[in-house]
Amino acid sequence: MTTDTRTPETVAAPSGRSTLVLRRFARNRSALAGAVVLVLLFVLAFAGPYLTPWSYSHVDYGALRSAPSAEHWWGTNRIGQDVFAQTVRGLQKSLVIGLLVAVLATGLASLVGACAGYFGGWTDRLAMFFVDLLLVFPSFLVIAIVSPRLRSAGWIAFVGLLTVFAWMITARVVRSMTLSLKEREFVRAARYMGVGPFRIIWRHVLPNVASFLIIDATIQVGGAVMSETALSYFGFGVQPPDVSLGTLIASGTGAAVTYPWMFFFAAGLLVVFVLAVNLVGDGLRDALDPTAKGAAR
Amino acid sequence: MMLQQEDWTISCVPFYLVKRLGYHAVLLLAAVCLSYLLASLALDPRAYYEGRQPPLSPSAVDHHLTALGVNDHQPLRDRFLHWADRAFLHGDLGETIDGTPVDAEFGRRIGVSLRLLLAGTVLGTVAGVLLGAWTAVRQYRPSDRAVTLASFALLSTPVFLLAVLLKTGAIWFNQATGTDLIQFTGERSPGADGGLWTALKDRSVHLLLPTLSVALFSVASYSRYQRSTMLDVLGSDYLRTARAKGLGRRAVLLRHGLRTALIPMSTYFSYGFLALFTGATFTETIFGWHGMGEWFVNSIGKNDVNSVVAVNVFAAVTVLLSGFLADLLHAALDPRIRRAAS
Amino acid sequence: MNPLLEVTGLDVDFDGRAAVRDVCLTLERGEVLGLVGESGSGKSATALAILGLLPGNAAVRGSVRLDGSELVGAGERELTRIRGSRVAMVFQDPLSAFTPVYRIGDQIAEAVRAHRDVPREQARSRAVELLDLVGIPEPALRARAFPHEFSGGMRQRAMIAMAMAAEPDLILADEPTTALDVTIQAQILDVLRAAQRATGAAVLLVSHDLGVIAGLADRVAVMREGRVVEQGTATEVFDRPRAPYTRQLLAAVPRIDTPRRPRPATGEPVLTVRGLTRTFPVHTGTVVRRRSGTVYAVDGVDLDVRRGETLALVGESGSGKSTTLFELLELTAPEGGSVELFGQRLGTLGRAEARALRRRIQIVFQDPMASLDPRMPVGDIIAEPLRAQGADRAVIARRVPALLAQVGLEPAHADRFPHEFSGGQRQRVGIARALSVEPELLVLDEPLSALDVSVQAEVLELLRRLKEELGLAYLLVSHDLAVVRNIADRVSVVYLGRTVEAGPVDEVFARPRHPYTQALLSAVPVPDPTRERHRTRILLPGDPPSPTRRYDGCRFRARCPLQADLTVDERKRCAHEVPEFEGDGAACHFARAREVL
Repeated sequence: MTTDTRTPETVAAPSGRSTLVLRRFARNRSALAGAVVLVLLFVLAFAGPYLTPWSYSHVDYGALRSAPSAEHWWGTNRIGQDVFAQTVRGLQKSLVIGLLVAVLATGLASLVGACAGYFGGWTDRLAMFFVDLLLVFPSFLVIAIVSPRLRSAGWIAFVGLLTVFAWMITARVVRSMTLSLKEREFVRAARYMGVGPFRIIWRHVLPNVASFLIIDATIQVGGAVMSETALSYFGFGVQPPDVSLGTLIASGTGAAVTYPWMFFFAAGLLVVFVLAVNLVGDGLRDALDPTAKGAAR
Repeated sequence: MMLQQEDWTISCVPFYLVKRLGYHAVLLLAAVCLSYLLASLALDPRAYYEGRQPPLSPSAVDHHLTALGVNDHQPLRDRFLHWADRAFLHGDLGETIDGTPVDAEFGRRIGVSLRLLLAGTVLGTVAGVLLGAWTAVRQYRPSDRAVTLASFALLSTPVFLLAVLLKTGAIWFNQATGTDLIQFTGERSPGADGGLWTALKDRSVHLLLPTLSVALFSVASYSRYQRSTMLDVLGSDYLRTARAKGLGRRAVLLRHGLRTALIPMSTYFSYGFLALFTGATFTETIFGWHGMGEWFVNSIGKNDVNSVVAVNVFAAVTVLLSGFLADLLHAALDPRIRRAAS
Repeated sequence: MNPLLEVTGLDVDFDGRAAVRDVCLTLERGEVLGLVGESGSGKSATALAILGLLPGNAAVRGSVRLDGSELVGAGERELTRIRGSRVAMVFQDPLSAFTPVYRIGDQIAEAVRAHRDVPREQARSRAVELLDLVGIPEPALRARAFPHEFSGGMRQRAMIAMAMAAEPDLILADEPTTALDVTIQAQILDVLRAAQRATGAAVLLVSHDLGVIAGLADRVAVMREGRVVEQGTATEVFDRPRAPYTRQLLAAVPRIDTPRRPRPATGEPVLTVRGLTRTFPVHTGTVVRRRSGTVYAVDGVDLDVRRGETLALVGESGSGKSTTLFELLELTAPEGGSVELFGQRLGTLGRAEARALRRRIQIVFQDPMASLDPRMPVGDIIAEPLRAQGADRAVIARRVPALLAQVGLEPAHADRFPHEFSGGQRQRVGIARALSVEPELLVLDEPLSALDVSVQAEVLELLRRLKEELGLAYLLVSHDLAVVRNIADRVSVVYLGRTVEAGPVDEVFARPRHPYTQALLSAVPVPDPTRERHRTRILLPGDPPSPTRRYDGCRFRARCPLQADLTVDERKRCAHEVPEFEGDGAACHFARAREVL
């Protein structure tokens, strides 16, 4: 997997600004902690499978429901699969799904939102009707209906589905930001200098909503992982023998009290992951917002 | 409050809201039709009948499917028109795959879901708003940081995980106290009888955990939003004016600050309901409430097209209604909207 | 007896950065002290520090004594008792200074009740009285309006009414007229004077505008970089300034009363506008939009600009001057009337011709921060028009440093971002961008109004120099008549979307013929206390009428000071016959020249 290099927080901003933002970000201790945790999770997810002799699908009939031990670090589940191997595999899936959905949804949202806002008129009206329509369905219901049909297409199709229902609110915000940017003098200036509309969107509008988009992407990561987990819990998402954090938690829920290791490792990692992403997002918001600390006159 | 909003000109509101309602009706119509088509294409009721024990003859299967209006050997257009005719002209959403009327099931379950959502929403919203405003005033102090961290941790926990944790906690509590004070299965104890008071007590004991699991999420997310809108307001010129007038701190923060910071919250309110509905699906399943969410999950398992569409209708109506209520609230909170719309 | 207010050794720090240093001021009862300085001089911080209204990141040291009792370090309770009752405040931007969700009358009543235990009804009727006192028509009705339903001038009146609510001993006015048009500013200053007379309060007037200070202040303190550099009576400071900074400041202020001979225009016309109109639909509803009216933003504007000439388009906000500019720059057929640019009629051009024309007309915007993309290095910003014209890399690489040098900036700074420059430097970047494609006509939309006085003078000088060097023609839109007098050759005055008077700048300023031009000129304060106090001011009543209406006859007649002296028949003529504008002169049936400066 190479997607891990595309974590949203590394999206480039102009050099002078980005160092400033980085400095402010680094000063925020909880955000920095979140970033470190994220990196560690990636290391765990992608290096983990090489650390253990067990594969996530291998069944060890000699150890059913065994507690954590030297053999099975995090114990085994009720059919004798290694919980560490499974959790690491599930983490991998959840991380990738979360990031892919976030990047795709944010991209789609910025495209639709910026075009609707900039061109106005019927483009705007149609786009917004479509957005409202998608908002009226709880996305969860539609994904649940459709996903059994897409089982054969695998988790990529699942990523697509999650994306389709994750961009609407962002698009609305981008649209309203574009509406006000459009009236800003530097956009007007570009127009009077003969710069074409798509060029203006690309060069002036999108860079100026970039800070919002970056933050939104970090929030989307958490949202996507939670949706995936929720859907997998009901059996609508990642399908066996493959696992995600969601399916692991779902299958371990019943055993939470009696065999806690089947449940709490996956659940704990999930909470830690989403929490870390949220902290990073919150830190970025403060770092990017020049008014975060009241400036004096 | 000293400043009164008593008689804001109601006469100018309806036109704006009627237009809004019309738009919502169009959206609802489109959403319902689309969800029927989607469910018909994606679900396979034939498989449900073919998998029956003892096996049914192919003609019997066809007969059942045709009776329900979901026979995939008929063109989709005909099925849709037939369904739409019944649904829109007679308010009849057909039968479930087991042959009972959908409308009856709908009526039975809607109350369950609303009881669950209503208490949680109201409690969560009020508590979230107050907590958010309080943390904004105490920005960057330890109490603010603690609340921030706690709400992030809550938001990072899937609904069902929280529900399971609450359940585990309740078991532990019951064991520790040696009572069965906290009930968490179903809406009421089976076979419990007694007076009105006992029934009420029984119900509220059952309501505790589900309500908490719904409310906690609202508290966490609304407190985040309220904190940021309140922070925007705290730096505003009019708060400075209010202080310059010689108003006390409480009056400045509550009457001028929070009152104005509530306005943007109405938007979040309408979006928040979306997430809440999804959450309710889990809450119902885990706590054994027979509401819309549980019905939905079951009917997808059974490939029950008509029931699935019914739940979609419910969800769409709830979302639009909450959006409409949010609009009303916005108009009530913000005089600028009222006048601009007239 | 103690002075009313005694500030000694006041220091204010924001997050450790010094904002105010060792400020000492005294204010006697009933006195008006003008606190003047450019942005960042610490004048507002000083005023706010007196009432303890600075934000949480500010640290205040020193002493502020009100009638002998110390306010620095006083408890919130003590300060709350003083705020509004003994010391009241009038803020700069009256829209954001009122809580948007409460009625104006209720907010004033709240101020009344904050210090006096009176029943709500009584407080409300007191609020209506106060609104009446500051000259708001139909006060009982207007008290029930929300802040956004008031015009800027009305809001500022209401703000003053609120300050008067508890009859304070001291009113702190922080840039009370900065956001307002000159004619409205004249009204508000009048109200402020009346309020001061009525309550006998002392006033601390904070302003960057030397003219405003000259007209109102008994004594003046000049601030620079957090310190008071000079203090004295108004006549002393204005007539015999001692501090070099004060002298520099006074020299930099463009004066409306210094005559200047404009150059007679000789070149061929570059821009000719006749009877330009532009309307905007007014929509209501957010989802299903419905047209509910029309704004007649531009409704008959005539302009003539010749090669090498500066034409100033003058008017108050909402008069349609900026709309006029934007209509020209669209390079498409106007909604009504005709526009000829460099001899070509707009609306008849093909794409290639329009593109070629883009090169010859460029614009400089009002707010240099807003008109430069904050995410782009200035090199890219300057190159943008060149790129749009299809210039190649080599040309751009050569032109950008040359342009930066031409406007007086360091060529090496091309890779910096706009926020790394000061306001004046940013405006230079804006000018360099406009010059990049070697235009012949430069449209300047309020190019100086966002800048401090001393920076204004520098940019003004740059514009003058460039015009000489490059033979440019300027179309300058400005509400600042002093700037206009300093740079323009000809002037054109618009009222409510229509040209009412035009002519050579010295002619129009010395002998304005239209009553609106006369009122406008008389409203401009002059930084000279002696002259300022003896000028007769033509105060226009009320606000400019709404542009959503079409008017029969003369659109100025409702506010026209001449109306009172006209006979019934003459008034009838004004009511029914639209005064025509022909070339130079005034669009008034009863135009007569009058000296007002």
